[in-house]
Amino acid sequence: MAVSLSKRSFTQERIVFLITIALFAVFAVELRNFLAPANLLALVRSVAVLGMLGMAMLVVVLGRGIDLAIVANMAISVGWALQLIAGGMPVWLALCVGLAFALGMSLIGGILIAYAEIPSLFATLAMATFIYGFGRAHLITGTDVVYLPHDMGAVVELGQGVVAGIPMPIVVAAGTAFAAYLFLKYTKPGRFIFAMGDNFNAARIGGIGVRPMLVFQYVLSGGATFLAGLITATSVGAMNTRIVNSNMIYDVILVVVLGGVGLSGGRGGVRNVIVGTLLIGVLMNGMTIMDVQYTVQNVIKSLILLFAIVSDSIVNPRDEQTGQQGDI
Amino acid sequence: MKSALLRFAAIAVAALTVGGVAARAQDNMNDPYRDPALAALKGKSIAYLPISIGFDLAQAWGGVIKTQADHYGMTFKARDPNWSTDAMAQAMTSLIAEHPDVIVTQNPDLQSLARLLKQANAAGIRVIQMNMQGAVQTDAFVGPDFISMGEQEAEMMAKACGKDTQTSHKIAIVQGVLTGGVSYYQVKGLLEGLKAHPEIKVVSSQAADWDASKARAVTETVLQQNPDLCGIADMWDGQGVGTGAAIKQAGKQGQVYFLTSGGGAQSMCDRLADGTFSAVIDYNAPGMGRDAFTAISALLQSKQPAGSIKFQLYSPTRVMTKADVKAGTCWDPQAYAALLR
Repeated sequence: MAVSLSKRSFTQERIVFLITIALFAVFAVELRNFLAPANLLALVRSVAVLGMLGMAMLVVVLGRGIDLAIVANMAISVGWALQLIAGGMPVWLALCVGLAFALGMSLIGGILIAYAEIPSLFATLAMATFIYGFGRAHLITGTDVVYLPHDMGAVVELGQGVVAGIPMPIVVAAGTAFAAYLFLKYTKPGRFIFAMGDNFNAARIGGIGVRPMLVFQYVLSGGATFLAGLITATSVGAMNTRIVNSNMIYDVILVVVLGGVGLSGGRGGVRNVIVGTLLIGVLMNGMTIMDVQYTVQNVIKSLILLFAIVSDSIVNPRDEQTGQQGDI
Repeated sequence: MKSALLRFAAIAVAALTVGGVAARAQDNMNDPYRDPALAALKGKSIAYLPISIGFDLAQAWGGVIKTQADHYGMTFKARDPNWSTDAMAQAMTSLIAEHPDVIVTQNPDLQSLARLLKQANAAGIRVIQMNMQGAVQTDAFVGPDFISMGEQEAEMMAKACGKDTQTSHKIAIVQGVLTGGVSYYQVKGLLEGLKAHPEIKVVSSQAADWDASKARAVTETVLQQNPDLCGIADMWDGQGVGTGAAIKQAGKQGQVYFLTSGGGAQSMCDRLADGTFSAVIDYNAPGMGRDAFTAISALLQSKQPAGSIKFQLYSPTRVMTKADVKAGTCWDPQAYAALLR
């Protein structure tokens, strides 16, 4: 009983949360203005998009999949929509086209995984390359940074607006997180995703339409991705398709895994992603205030990830059951 | 009627004769230096290998060189390694084997291509380096003098935030990629130049990896920490869009002096016009393309073997503010990109 209690109180999520609190406390004492409300808003805002992508990844990972095409899908779908607007298409129509592209691409990826039974790792990796290559060859034919057109209208508020003193990206990210929470906790498809991630074959025997459900997961992820991209573009003033070549996709996986979501599926939830995202946010904000270069920031970030994983495996050693699950 | 026709015929014959004589006279009057110059260019091949063909500068350089190459009957082909240094080194190796007459390339950093560029020169291929001088000097370098540009930025910063101003004298620097020459040399020149202005305090100097999103996040935090910040120097306008967005969203547009630099694409004029950038140093990318072609033309006309004459061609720069933006001041990267497709 005592053993199980200690196990429950020191999950990876708890460990990461404690690290976050500790860092937060250190920064609050050491750094001037760290606790200022404006800085805390800036802190959360800087990871809002990362958190939204984390939610998109979460829905897929819970079903024992992974979506490596998220960043490519985001960059190309939103970049293309912006380019269409600059070319004279009405804003709403261009956004619909972009969203349809994002959903369509994740639909294809989902079908490859669910019906052609290609492992998600390979299917989405291939899709990422395809989306980027196709997009750069045929859709975004000019410069690889697509600037925000001047006549975007109210959509710009998504990235630049403020609601009751809180920047819109935070509001949208919180909304997405809440929607994901409700979906995973209270809807049938949400519970099915957990069931599939926990034991795919049992879920199938239990009568869940696993193939359509798999496709549905990826389409959901595609939709959230487009929204995240729209926020990036409207708050920065441009969509940089070059991020596909960056290590952003690893950052997304990082916030998901860091919070304690198992890559083997079925374990974790929205709260884990929020904890992981907040740790990254606190770290980045503190180090930027301290004027630490981002190359050094990356080193520190990965050391903290290693620390979290090592402490998790010490506190919660793998037993026969968890060891059998494997990692992807 | 008949006589009118005859008269017309006579006039026509006379005109033809005169025309013919005139043409022959022109033939005799031909510029004796033109033919050898054209012959030196005709049929020669140019290979173009920038780090990526997806960004405005490389599109302008390539577009101008290709237009000129077509005009003079030269062949032009472009390779796109899409920001991958590995792919670029492979493409360079295969280009050396293909042996074009000229390679126009752009170093991703100081060292990566150095050995290959030396090999290309040794194989008799003329090599022109764009924008950033690598560790090895080849036939020509075409690009801005980034160190002096940095010094110029220091002077402009001092004018906006120096001791003669009623400001906090605090500035921030947003670098590009730490090890990339464009950013490294500009920052070096900037810091060097600021030594003459000890009152100016650099409160933050962060790299944003040429990514506007990172630049936005960094700048937001810096502005939050230093609400009295006087100025920001960003090393590239494409990244500066994000820096500018952070200034605007902090409600400090017009209060923070924001200086950046770039090749003068339309997006740069747009951001000057809407007040995102306070001032920019424009190094005119199509002008660099022209310089590159001039170098190609000069090298091919000189009978010297590859690598025997080496020169540095520094691009002229121009400081621009909102007042300088007029229709046609900046250029459209789409038009150049279309040329390269």
